[in-house]
Amino acid sequence: MDIPRPNQVGTGEPGFEVVARQDFSDTTFLLEIEHPLMANAARPGQFVIVIPDEHGERIPLTIADFDRDQGTVTLVIQAVGKTSKEMQRVCQTGSALFSVTGPMGVPSHITDAKKVICVGGGLGVAPVFPQARAHKENGAYVIGIVGFRSKDLVFWDDKFEKYCDEFIVCTDDGSRGIKGLVTKGIEAAAEKHADIDELIAIGPPIMMKACAETTRTLGIKTMVSLNPIMVDGTGMCGGCRVKVGGSIKFACVDGPDFDGHAVDFDDLMNRLQRFKEDEKVALERWTESCRRLDQSPLEPLPPDKASPRAGA
Amino acid sequence: MPIQDAMERVGNFDEVTYGYSVEDTLRECERCLYCPEPACIASCPVAIDIPGFIEKISAKDYRGAYDVISETNLLPAICGRVCPQEDQCEGVCPVGDPLKPVAIGRLERWVGDLAIAENWVNVPYIEPNGFKIGIVGSGPAGIACAAEMAKAGCDVTIYEALHLPGGVLRYGIPDFRLPNSVVDQEIENLKKLGVKIECNVLIGRLFTIQQMVDEFGYDAIFIGTGAGYPKFMGIEGESLNGVVSANELLTRCNLMHAGEFPAYDTPLHLGKRVAIIGAGNTAMDAMRVALRQGAEKVYCVYRRTKAESPARAEEIDHAEEEGVDFQWLTAPVEILDDGDGNVRAMRCIRMELGEPDDSGRRRPVPIEDSDYEFETDMVVYAIGTNANPIIGQTSKIKLNEWGYVEVDDNLATSMAGVYAGGDIVTGAATVILAMGLGRRAAHNMKAYLGIRDTNIVYAGHPTETDETLFGIAANERNFHRVRLAKDITSSTEEEIHA
Repeated sequence: MDIPRPNQVGTGEPGFEVVARQDFSDTTFLLEIEHPLMANAARPGQFVIVIPDEHGERIPLTIADFDRDQGTVTLVIQAVGKTSKEMQRVCQTGSALFSVTGPMGVPSHITDAKKVICVGGGLGVAPVFPQARAHKENGAYVIGIVGFRSKDLVFWDDKFEKYCDEFIVCTDDGSRGIKGLVTKGIEAAAEKHADIDELIAIGPPIMMKACAETTRTLGIKTMVSLNPIMVDGTGMCGGCRVKVGGSIKFACVDGPDFDGHAVDFDDLMNRLQRFKEDEKVALERWTESCRRLDQSPLEPLPPDKASPRAGA
Repeated sequence: MPIQDAMERVGNFDEVTYGYSVEDTLRECERCLYCPEPACIASCPVAIDIPGFIEKISAKDYRGAYDVISETNLLPAICGRVCPQEDQCEGVCPVGDPLKPVAIGRLERWVGDLAIAENWVNVPYIEPNGFKIGIVGSGPAGIACAAEMAKAGCDVTIYEALHLPGGVLRYGIPDFRLPNSVVDQEIENLKKLGVKIECNVLIGRLFTIQQMVDEFGYDAIFIGTGAGYPKFMGIEGESLNGVVSANELLTRCNLMHAGEFPAYDTPLHLGKRVAIIGAGNTAMDAMRVALRQGAEKVYCVYRRTKAESPARAEEIDHAEEEGVDFQWLTAPVEILDDGDGNVRAMRCIRMELGEPDDSGRRRPVPIEDSDYEFETDMVVYAIGTNANPIIGQTSKIKLNEWGYVEVDDNLATSMAGVYAGGDIVTGAATVILAMGLGRRAAHNMKAYLGIRDTNIVYAGHPTETDETLFGIAANERNFHRVRLAKDITSSTEEEIHA
């Protein structure tokens, strides 16, 4: 068998094509990327490193889904910083990403747990889905719990309903399902079921921390997927190191899944603030350039965008 | 060799050492003794015929010099710059006692640069042999192995996890020591041999080595993934913001252009007073990058002394000239918080040298009650690397107790047809050692596949007249440099010296 050739950088060939896009809300959108090899290799819990364009940074994104027949991987992105906002603006169907590498990280260990809760908060809703599906296919009783700010932001409820025996939506404003955080949903589910074997939580660190605290008192095994700042994603730089059970682990090659009861979330949250000031500068600068571009679309881009560094 | 003024060069990323001029080169070549049993060749990991290429330069056959080097080394422009020559060829050069040794590295670099400028590339006639070779990692080991296998006629594909090829040559070694344009050129030469390079492929995760053998039909595979898993010390305060590995600092700057933020999106967030822990080549690179990115003060914190430091002598000298403040016999014991999750200072202790340890270097011993606060807002660890775990996680290849790939004398791993070399076998080493292992692995892979090794030259049996000239044994060669009078009358001053 010949290897299907992954698209290659620097050969003048297009990068990795976006074959579908779906917008869930003002800030959340889905991209389907054509990459048959990756679709074939991807397992729940793994992530990719994306570089949107030649000047871009390497950002880790958890694989939200993969379709082996279509040869596509699905990423769900929340536009919060410069790179994700730029992707929201630029990445339309038919466009291409400069680089997509993966799947990276150790796949989630799909245990033979009989009863599993899969919790997704905000952006974590997407990557927890393949785990819920895998557990269901493994014969487990799956309880899906997802949290959003309000009902307008809810997505993939149909996909979850298909694979979950129970599905609980929590919203901050109570516009759908339970009013409150996902921890309320966990407590409700735990009250109903005394025999929960495992809980998987993916979402913002503060949410995963709250989930871990809740399950600690309930005595339920809890796995979380960590999302620290990364550069290469192959273990080479150590930027993604996290404290787990008192020792240092690299989320990119030792994780991203860890025992939620052993993770030092405060440390993770502090480390996510590393580039706070730089992120602000980048976002302001980009917003300003978009404003100018929208005012006079024919004006050329700032020179640094037009001319890549010689020899770069 | 002329170098850029220290005060000027800390403001730019241009190369520190300018290359030799033709005159410098020819003059330097005259210093070679053409030893009958050249120690320099024996100490070169890839066994370049050093007197051979120097002889060609002296004869002004520059292309011939390149041909001699490129027989064994595909990357003269790179190796001339980054090899630790003082420990290899130049270290054993007999001219070096009592004078300075022949500047072999600079001569090699000169030939390499000339080859790039003149667009020379030695593409031998290659008869395809139908064997398919996969190379994991496009660093020095992978490049060297790929070139050898391609020259033997194999269909070679290199897989690289990053978005650009070159490995440590790309992300690690900074532009002022090894310009990216030189790496690009050398990679181009590799492509001219028919080697294919696929970036954005993380072997083990996108597909495994087993799959390469079973499904994709690779006849032999070489693993050259590098050590790539930076070490930390495990002291208090290491996860504070402002503590990074040298690999991260260098990758952000060299590969991702963080120095040009925000025009490039990758941030660096450099401190004002940067302390680099360690005194190897990577540490020197990190210090000098930090200076060029605008750090006000850069310190080197090392628990031994300059004499024990593993960096190339030239790199330490350059770092000193550029204003790095060396704190020898000093070790950090704790990194202190500013109350906001950032680095405020380090607590350090002073050391003294005790008895020699296993490495033969005198062991640093802490001096009691010598601890003090060292003001810094960025701490960079350059204390080496551990083995990268990905190959171990995704294959059944046997690893040693430290997690490095275990190989036999032929560099074969426990999986049939799979060979390994470079830092993933030896632990962190040098570019040239990795290239040497890449070449050695290629030699054995050819034997494994039953390919005749093209490196073996079948010379005819020497006749008696070849061995002697006018009754003088050829290996004495003391008549070698004699020129005829008509040459002298028509040549320039340099040539007379020649």
